[in-house]
Amino acid sequence: MSPDEILAPKDALAASRRRLVIEAAGIVVSAMGFGFVYGLAARNAGFSPFEAMAMSALAFGGAAQFAAVGYVAGGLAWPGVVLLTALLNARHLLYSAAIAPWLRDRPFAERAVMAHLLTDEAFALSMAHFRRLGRADAWGYWVAGIGATFIPWNLATLAGVLVGGSIPEPNRFGIDVIFPAAMVGLAIGLISGRREIVAAIVGAGVGVAVALIAGPAIGIIAGGLIGPAVGLAVPASVANERAPLGTGASAERYAMPGAHFDDEPDGGDRRR
Amino acid sequence: MNTQLVLLAGLMFLVTYPSRALGLLAPAMDRLPRRALDYLQLVGPAILAALAAVNVMVVATDSGPRFHVGLEWLAVGACLAIVAWRRNLFLGLIAAVAIAIIGRAAGAA
Repeated sequence: MSPDEILAPKDALAASRRRLVIEAAGIVVSAMGFGFVYGLAARNAGFSPFEAMAMSALAFGGAAQFAAVGYVAGGLAWPGVVLLTALLNARHLLYSAAIAPWLRDRPFAERAVMAHLLTDEAFALSMAHFRRLGRADAWGYWVAGIGATFIPWNLATLAGVLVGGSIPEPNRFGIDVIFPAAMVGLAIGLISGRREIVAAIVGAGVGVAVALIAGPAIGIIAGGLIGPAVGLAVPASVANERAPLGTGASAERYAMPGAHFDDEPDGGDRRR
Repeated sequence: MNTQLVLLAGLMFLVTYPSRALGLLAPAMDRLPRRALDYLQLVGPAILAALAAVNVMVVATDSGPRFHVGLEWLAVGACLAIVAWRRNLFLGLIAAVAIAIIGRAAGAA
């Protein structure tokens, strides 16, 4: 039986939607705080408000946007920015594959729009909602994708990029540490076993070593390409993966920091 | 108002959307080789870690890139510890910023 064929009682739907809205409220706060910081960082990197907003609306990916701000500020050529964006956002393939069975009965055009809203946060919120119901709920997906992330993220970006210009000496306020701290935090959120840890450590080490020799932009690319290759070399027997790589379970683990699912011994899931 | 980077945003959309849409619009994506999916999953942590490390440990000088040790290590390290412990990125960012503000107010570089 497919997940969509299981009908939840009306009250179960209402209860799950209430829980979704409560969880979404936390994501809204996080998205607004993070979006505001992105707006500040973009402003400091020389983005105009229109450019910062265009990136939030079109790319709509926190990590990739923060990274792009760093690349642009560091003078990395556009092809490099685009390549790194593609690599950084490639993890969405996992989300997309994991959520597809739930949404396969929705019209093609609707799924095409849903795809643009498929972020870490939207995936985590909607998958939890679907699993509680035992079926898909398009309303829940729109709440997760638009209400909890797209609108707050874009409004906060606008606020950050407009207010950013009025902050004197932003480094006094620690603005410069927000970007690397956010990158580290996001990396931690993506770790579910030793392979990710090895990939991250090697990526950082190679990145710094190559950056000292060939420049920061080359270092970042080298770290991002070599780290995963070394991580894959970790034998599965010692990888200690809480969810095996390349599976739907691992995609679920791939949710944003603060909205994780943890595998329980009985195979169930609970939110931290 | 500058609009040059709007084109870059458009290019970022063009390389991001397929990864979001492939599974939803072309379910055959799950036939991608397992090894490729594994590699994709490891790319995120590696790139993010490389970005953070290079940003904190490497500074550009007139004579080229130079290894840097400073207050930023402590701030970013605190964020790392808090996110690993509490799984709360926002809290980690607040701690990192607080350390940077207090440290600089106290005269740390």
